[in-house]
Amino acid sequence: MDQTPRLRPGFRFQWEPVQNAHVLLYPEGMVKLNESAAAILSEIDGASTVTEIVARLEARFPEAGSLEDDVRAFIEDALQQHWIMMV
Amino acid sequence: MNATNPDTGTAAAQSNIGPPLWLLAEVTYRCPLQCPYCSNPLDFANTENELTTDEWVSVLRQGRAMGAAQLGFSGGEPLVRPDLPELIAEARHLGYYTNLITSGIGLNEAKVEAFQKAGLDHIQVSFQASDPELNNAVAGSRKAFDQKLAMARAVKAAGYPMVLNFVIHRHNIHQMNDIIELCDRLGADFVELATCQYYGWAFKNREGLMPSAHQLEVAEREVNAQRQKLADAGSMMKLIFVTPDYYEERPKACMNGWGSLFLTVAPDGTALPCHSARILPIEFPNTREMSLKSIWYDSPGFNHYRGDSWMPEPCRSCDEKGKDFGGCRCQAYMLTGNADNADPVCDKSPHHDRILAARRAADHATAGLEDLTYRNTRNSREFFRG
Ligand code: SF4
Ligand code: SF4
Repeated sequence: MDQTPRLRPGFRFQWEPVQNAHVLLYPEGMVKLNESAAAILSEIDGASTVTEIVARLEARFPEAGSLEDDVRAFIEDALQQHWIMMV
Repeated sequence: MNATNPDTGTAAAQSNIGPPLWLLAEVTYRCPLQCPYCSNPLDFANTENELTTDEWVSVLRQGRAMGAAQLGFSGGEPLVRPDLPELIAEARHLGYYTNLITSGIGLNEAKVEAFQKAGLDHIQVSFQASDPELNNAVAGSRKAFDQKLAMARAVKAAGYPMVLNFVIHRHNIHQMNDIIELCDRLGADFVELATCQYYGWAFKNREGLMPSAHQLEVAEREVNAQRQKLADAGSMMKLIFVTPDYYEERPKACMNGWGSLFLTVAPDGTALPCHSARILPIEFPNTREMSLKSIWYDSPGFNHYRGDSWMPEPCRSCDEKGKDFGGCRCQAYMLTGNADNADPVCDKSPHHDRILAARRAADHATAGLEDLTYRNTRNSREFFRG
């Protein structure tokens, strides 16, 4: 089954120039993201399935090889943290 | 990064001071409620000279340019400012994540919608208890509870995350189960059960507010059981229980360190490292007189407790000073008369007996709600007239 993740309501992903990093903002909280987390979150738009997200990331980072496992692991983790939910 | 920024001016000073990532805009001290644990200063009625809309906009712009990403609108009750939608719109436009911290009094569906159009990210509604009688008695208002419930629902219906805050003290700490079940029924996303911190009016009322060790123990057990229940049911509701530091042996790392992340601007433009720091015998700068950048990086007020060279013993030679920064300056000041001292919550502090005495008092306290000093203008005037 291929699911479509989206950010949970009230969560916002954005670039912060002063921190030189992407962050995830939510009610009274902020996480600074590393580059791979940011790359994955940037593809989570509430319309693309996990498979599509993997494909797009592999196209963006051809030298990285297969990203399937990394992406699925991150999405699992982000679900657990309730940052994202399935549409 | 700062060194390459052409308009920083004081690159050397800035190299080890991080940006103020959180900005708290206390837009007013005015409030229709009278909570006896309010963290506003006792003499709030003395502060009339609120910043204008343009002055707030300038504060928001400067803060954002310095790197602030989280913005809280609080007070008092921020809804009493008619320019709030304008300030929200500006904040959102600048790229802040904007939080509105409100009692829900003065809120209605139309406003919830207007704020959303303006780009507000989240509304936190605070409650005083899980039932109308107690809630309204604590808030000093007869209609507060129903209004809060209605507004919590309206917030959720509009698509915001529902964030509820309950201030916990000895008169409602027995309601943990009811409170959590109420939140679950409402479909809350985040619930903060925050035992009072003893600043402002709460310090004045500490004896009448502080739960006993036994009360706290029961409450912790109940919260843990409820947490398990929620997890088992697959709930997304996040439960945060803030216990009073008076029952700890080590102080909290207050504000994550003085002038390290948080910048509060009070209604009259006074800039503070935390919303209660106003009580300290330190001169704090005002946004009307100085740029936010010089306030944060250069002002004596903000530099006063940065680093650790100011620390006396026992903190000075303590290997935990990098962890808790000696605790809370306001607490040290209120309990020992000298803000440089170790926070007496720490059991290494020579003043720790004051915390122990407060715990003993909480075991025997008999004061009812009617004995508390309610936060209102009449009582406040008494404090500044002296
Ligand atoms: S704590 Fe109560 S009295 Fe104080 S500002 Fe908040 S709602 Fe008003
Ligand atoms: S002595 Fe000071 S630095 Fe050490 S743990 Fe206590 S408060 Fe913290």
